[in-house]
Amino acid sequence: MAKRYFEDFVVGERLPLGSRRVTRSEIIAFAAEFDPQPFHLDERAGEGAPVSGLMASGWHVGALFMSMLCGGFLLDSSSMGSPGIESLKWRKPVRPDDTLTASSTVVDTRASKSRPEMGIVRFRHEVVNQADELVMWLDNSIMFGRRGSGS
Amino acid sequence: MTGYERIVVGESFDCGVHVFTAEEIKRFATTYDPQRFHTDEAAATETHFGALCASGWHTAAAMMRQFVGRLYAEIEAARARGEPAPNLGPSLGIDELKWLKPVYVGDEVSFSGRIVAKRESGSRPGWGIVSVESTGVNQSGETVFSCVGHILVAKTEDG
Repeated sequence: MAKRYFEDFVVGERLPLGSRRVTRSEIIAFAAEFDPQPFHLDERAGEGAPVSGLMASGWHVGALFMSMLCGGFLLDSSSMGSPGIESLKWRKPVRPDDTLTASSTVVDTRASKSRPEMGIVRFRHEVVNQADELVMWLDNSIMFGRRGSGS
Repeated sequence: MTGYERIVVGESFDCGVHVFTAEEIKRFATTYDPQRFHTDEAAATETHFGALCASGWHTAAAMMRQFVGRLYAEIEAARARGEPAPNLGPSLGIDELKWLKPVYVGDEVSFSGRIVAKRESGSRPGWGIVSVESTGVNQSGETVFSCVGHILVAKTEDG
């Protein structure tokens, strides 16, 4: 597959990012290091809460999405990083042995006025589980080098 | 930050400092964000970042670690005093997450939180939604990270 530059992103294009299974041990390992709340560490947690049982940290789901984005197209692109995330929603819990599938849809592209060597692509990213339920979506922009700019 | 009813909009709190080591930056990035400027010191010098820097998701995760440490220390302290401890639920989402500056090896990032809004949940009786702005500032006083998270917090009193 040819390396992707800013010019290669077309509004409306949907880029599949592949799938990834999530294990119980990685849910607990991530939570122990970064988000040690009971409902990310223990199946018995969360009784009486709106959602109970062991679920992955939302930041873990975000990081897993990032790994799929990297494998999907970002590593083979002129990515120059991202200024942030406009909005992100965690819609359903991610449980042990769930299989997540992600995609990125190009919402907008614009050349940078101040930096002629790059452009900005705005995406709507989505992550669904094996039941095709939406578990997370986010609106985010990524900066890409332009073809011929040496990035 | 305590139970939903006692949370005051405008209240702010320190969450402590996280120091980003090269080992930790590369370990996180190798698993979740293996772009060359996050995994390889030499390759990073050839990019516009100029040096190895942390994945933005790593910065966010480190913020969460500091935030959770602060919250659960307060929960434990409330329990020790025999006061009702707030019951926290999962987060619903975030808005306006900004990676404002790269986080480089050895950077010491001070995280803090500020309550920016609270409202009762329409769909979850007994729960409120608290919006917290989290900010990370490096050792030079530059803000490197900010976001607004929306967290479910149980109401502890009737009403």
